[in-house]
Amino acid sequence: MSAHAHRDDIGSKLGMWLFIFTELLLFGGLFITYAVYRYMHPEAFHLASQELDVPIGTINTIILLISSATIAMSITAIQQHKKKLTLVLIAATILLAAVFLVNKYFEWGAKIEHGIFPGSAYLDQLGYGDVLFFGLYFFMTGLHAFHIVIGMVLLGFIFYYVKTDRLKPDNFQLLENGGLYWHLVDLIWIFLFPLFYLIA
Amino acid sequence: MADEKHHIIPHKTLLMVLGVLIVLTLLSVAITQIELARWSGAAALLLAGIKSTLVLLIFMHLKYDMRIFKVMVGLIIALVVVVMVVTMLDYFFR
Repeated sequence: MSAHAHRDDIGSKLGMWLFIFTELLLFGGLFITYAVYRYMHPEAFHLASQELDVPIGTINTIILLISSATIAMSITAIQQHKKKLTLVLIAATILLAAVFLVNKYFEWGAKIEHGIFPGSAYLDQLGYGDVLFFGLYFFMTGLHAFHIVIGMVLLGFIFYYVKTDRLKPDNFQLLENGGLYWHLVDLIWIFLFPLFYLIA
Repeated sequence: MADEKHHIIPHKTLLMVLGVLIVLTLLSVAITQIELARWSGAAALLLAGIKSTLVLLIFMHLKYDMRIFKVMVGLIIALVVVVMVVTMLDYFFR
């Protein structure tokens, strides 16, 4: 290719941040919904929150924090021309994401087994507060888990691009953008965890 | 612009931040498990705020980025906070 390929790393990063802002507003709206319903049903939220499994929540929080660190480390690694280490760190991030989802599966499974899921007869008996708490719990952690799945696909592509040298030490903005997305997922969980699991 | 040197965050820094984040997580779990404090919820949220600031500044590289990124992120967070405060004021004084 003789023509110089057009590249604008700062513009690319700016675009990624604009997307992240829309995500922050989306989850921000959900957090406001949570705040209002919690204010209207304080006791139900207090009791319902005790149903959640704090150890699993804590473990998943730490898993996400570690995965956030590994993807940040991969950006350092690619700049230091350590391709192999970059690949290992991206792979570790995807693996940790999978572990997070497996934990989530068991957590949701246990809730559903106890008859706690949106629209269940058991939940309807408990009243509005519980319906709202678990409705928000399933929707917000579900939307978050969906973001994890998308992040895994995105990082999967990035892994392939690094492996095939489409992303290189002097051209890795996509890896940085993928990292930004992954940190966003971590950021949202940092607030989801105390609001649903800890404030009982 | 193409010559602008890209700041590289050493692995050691990132691992130290990770350590702090994990400690803060365990701390927020610990304070909310003690039943005595009625402010434990607020404390857990404050710790979440500190954690997210660390993620934004170091992991998301904002500390080393151009100023425009910091300003924009600050404005968006301010927007969410303002909408939240106004909504809650509405409910408190209904």
